[in-house]
Amino acid sequence: MQITTPNFKENATRALGDAALQKALKNVEIGFIAKRLAAADALPEFEALRDNARDIKNHTLAHLDLYLEEYEKKVIASGGHVHFAETAEDARAIILDICRKRNAKTVTKGKSMITEEIELNDFLEKNGITPVETDLGEYIIQLRGETPSHIIAPAVHLNKDQVEADFRRVHTHLPPERDLSQHEALLNEARQVLRQRYFEADVGITGANFLIAETGSSVIVTNEGNGDLTQTLGKCHVVVASLEKLVPTLNDCAQILRVLARSATGQDMSVYTTFSTGPKRADDPDGPEEYHVVLLDNGRTAMLGTEFQDMLRCIRCGACMNHCPVYHAVGGHAYGAVYPGPMGAVLTPSLSGIEVGGHLPNASTFCGRCESVCPMRIPLPKMMRHWREREFEKHLTPSAARYGLKFWAFFAKRPKLYRAAVSVVMPLLSVLGGTSRRISSLPLAGGWTKHREMPAPEGKTFLQAWAEKQAREGGR
Amino acid sequence: MTDQPSVGLFVTCLADLFRPTVGFAAAKLIEDAGCRLEVPMAQTCCGQPAYNSGDRKDARALAEQAIEAFDGFDYVVAPSGSCAAMLKKHYPGLFKGDARWEARALAFSAKVHELVSFLTDVMKVEKVESDFAGTVTYHDSCSGLRELGIQAQPRKLLSSLPGVRLAEMKNSDVCCGFGGTFCVKYPDISNAIVEKKKATIGETGADVLLAGDIGCLMNMAGKIKREGGRTEVRHVAEVLAGMTDAPPIAGK
Amino acid sequence: MSARDNILGRVRRSLGVSGGDAQRRAAVVSRLAEAKSGLIPARGQLPREERIEVFAKYAEKYGATIARVGSIEHLPQEVSRYLKSNNLPASIRMGEDPLLKDARFESEPMLTVISGASDGTDVAGVSHARGAVAESGTLVLASGPNNPVTINFLPEHHIVAVRAADVGASLEEAFAGITATYGKGEMPRTVNFVTGPSRSGDIEQKIIMGAHGPRALHIVIIG
Repeated sequence: MQITTPNFKENATRALGDAALQKALKNVEIGFIAKRLAAADALPEFEALRDNARDIKNHTLAHLDLYLEEYEKKVIASGGHVHFAETAEDARAIILDICRKRNAKTVTKGKSMITEEIELNDFLEKNGITPVETDLGEYIIQLRGETPSHIIAPAVHLNKDQVEADFRRVHTHLPPERDLSQHEALLNEARQVLRQRYFEADVGITGANFLIAETGSSVIVTNEGNGDLTQTLGKCHVVVASLEKLVPTLNDCAQILRVLARSATGQDMSVYTTFSTGPKRADDPDGPEEYHVVLLDNGRTAMLGTEFQDMLRCIRCGACMNHCPVYHAVGGHAYGAVYPGPMGAVLTPSLSGIEVGGHLPNASTFCGRCESVCPMRIPLPKMMRHWREREFEKHLTPSAARYGLKFWAFFAKRPKLYRAAVSVVMPLLSVLGGTSRRISSLPLAGGWTKHREMPAPEGKTFLQAWAEKQAREGGR
Repeated sequence: MTDQPSVGLFVTCLADLFRPTVGFAAAKLIEDAGCRLEVPMAQTCCGQPAYNSGDRKDARALAEQAIEAFDGFDYVVAPSGSCAAMLKKHYPGLFKGDARWEARALAFSAKVHELVSFLTDVMKVEKVESDFAGTVTYHDSCSGLRELGIQAQPRKLLSSLPGVRLAEMKNSDVCCGFGGTFCVKYPDISNAIVEKKKATIGETGADVLLAGDIGCLMNMAGKIKREGGRTEVRHVAEVLAGMTDAPPIAGK
Repeated sequence: MSARDNILGRVRRSLGVSGGDAQRRAAVVSRLAEAKSGLIPARGQLPREERIEVFAKYAEKYGATIARVGSIEHLPQEVSRYLKSNNLPASIRMGEDPLLKDARFESEPMLTVISGASDGTDVAGVSHARGAVAESGTLVLASGPNNPVTINFLPEHHIVAVRAADVGASLEEAFAGITATYGKGEMPRTVNFVTGPSRSGDIEQKIIMGAHGPRALHIVIIG
């Protein structure tokens, strides 16, 4: 995708003025939050499971090289193939090669953020292979030529009537007078159109929620069943997954599964949790003949051992964006990158560089709601602050902000000078407030006064007034 | 008087500059709770603007200054969840790798409390005296709520006032859009967030909006004033101390 | 240097470790060998009948329907009843699973049974779940020569038989069962954990059943 993160401010302003988007975004605020809370409250062990989930990933990351080796052994033993890809480009080349060897004309795809990250669809199309997104949300945005605006609800930025218009535009083989006014009708139409595509596909590509070292299995967690049809009906199943998806054992996976769906959609378990191990066995009546896993690095190994390592615990549940006031205001596309919301604000600078992704860790109020709901207890605000530090060190902070900050810090570090200065400035500001006790515009404070008044200060500073009071009362 | 715990009031730069009433209210509440209060004159700012802008060097310099200014008190109390969290939760991390200062910062951190939780949790204050009467709604400021667990404490003390009725707003735990420098860096997004907050405040029909952080209060008050809202805006300490003679931050 | 070696090398450099560290390797080997279970929610850990009740409660919460019959011979009758009450044709797709064979579907002469993998034209499919998980109302289905995966996803109605004795408390019990059958660290090609019928909330977050998989899931508890 075209990364537009440097234009975040403009993107955000546009999003704020987009009435259809604002209507759609209400669904995030209303739906996800209450469901997660109800599911978490219903399980007394939920908080302890979050601790365990965090510890499992920490252990795995600390031994990642060894678990990768063990995992690879098991995949090979079950008849599958493992491909290591250092970059997005390498991953695309590996996948194209697999497709070419099978003479693939079309590939079906289960929902996968990793294939968004490596921009697989465009690449396959340029190479004469048609990718068919089968997750309903992904299918809709593919029809629109868009990218996902949410990591688990890719079309959350759209309303029903927009989807109806797209279906009418694309599904021209169906009678124009058909009724698509209900959600059910739209779903049924997508189901009907996509059903045939599964059978036609030469290759089925899915992501993975987990890779299990103990068994060499890949795991997908879905509600629609599209990922299962993709990987069962295609003659060749290709799993694209980043390195940090590894967990040691099935039992470790169980711990994390218990926090995943609850944090994402408020379900105890998603409808389908599927463990795939190798290709179909000799006597199996169905399943893929080939099984490939493409393990993607794309910057992750550089996060290990740094203050951003904790980010690699992320299981892509979307809870952070579901609870983010900034996401609620501007939606996912404004972020201008593959991963939106708080997790994207940490990950995007890691993947694309702080020079490109700099706005995102700044566009947070540090309200901490993301961290408070993260099932993996990732300290998201702390890591956004680390990015701001890197930015500051590299002198990438906008100069007005930097000088303003330095000017203020110069005084704040010199209490006597500070006292002298504020005892002059604050009474002046107070006078400026007049009888209305407010200031509607102020030089250098346009960011504040654009949308709100500046409450006028009372007059003297507290320390001034306190010292005078102490003097009056003869000190106590 | 030696059995009285000594408290250093960290008044916070915003209260110092914009809302001295909050400092006096805090002082009264702390003294009424049986403490000996002092206000060190060498205090300026906790350093949070620098810290959250990635300027660790200045943040650390200000942290050293604050730790030295508040040396020797039994407690350090701030009428702000956000500044208290900075002193308590973030100072030690600024000194990682400097054993002497880190130990000092940890010892300092252990003494720091946000005002209202200090009254209820440390001084075991059950009720306060105030003539204030009216319907109030309370916004949970993010840092106080999520970093320090302040939620029940202000409600408990408010409920001890016979004249006060608490009308809870929807989503009182959702950010008001202030976010320190965020609100000037991203004014349009901040505005969208505070607009929602203003609506939920309005729905309660409360006369007065209370919170424990001047930053959030100035943000919400600024929005309410700009839109001609009538809700009064005050720091919770003003109501708890019965010091509501000063004009509100916003309102009639 | 291969991509594999580069990646493993970078992991080790970033972590500041070497691949040859015996202590780290021992930690990994023992973790994989012991495969200890973590915290298991109390909610499913109950005596058999209560456990089955909890299983049914969650399965129904997620949109499944439940029937219980005394023994496997009653399954065909229940299948016929289900099809009839939903106005469906008396035809099912089914694998050669031994339990389902034991049901002797010949006892329902009006019912057509087509065996093998589904081709997408079946209205109803019948499967045998090797286990179930009470804590979340989840069925556990394993692929194999007599258990096509396609039956779990292609028919509009999925009817699943599970023995009462196979309803376990937890995900961990389900994994232990699989290990007991297939061996430590071994899995069939596909294990499906199924919790309710297929659904999507992708349009305006409104949940609609039957996205790509079955619109309806009917669970028949045997025994």
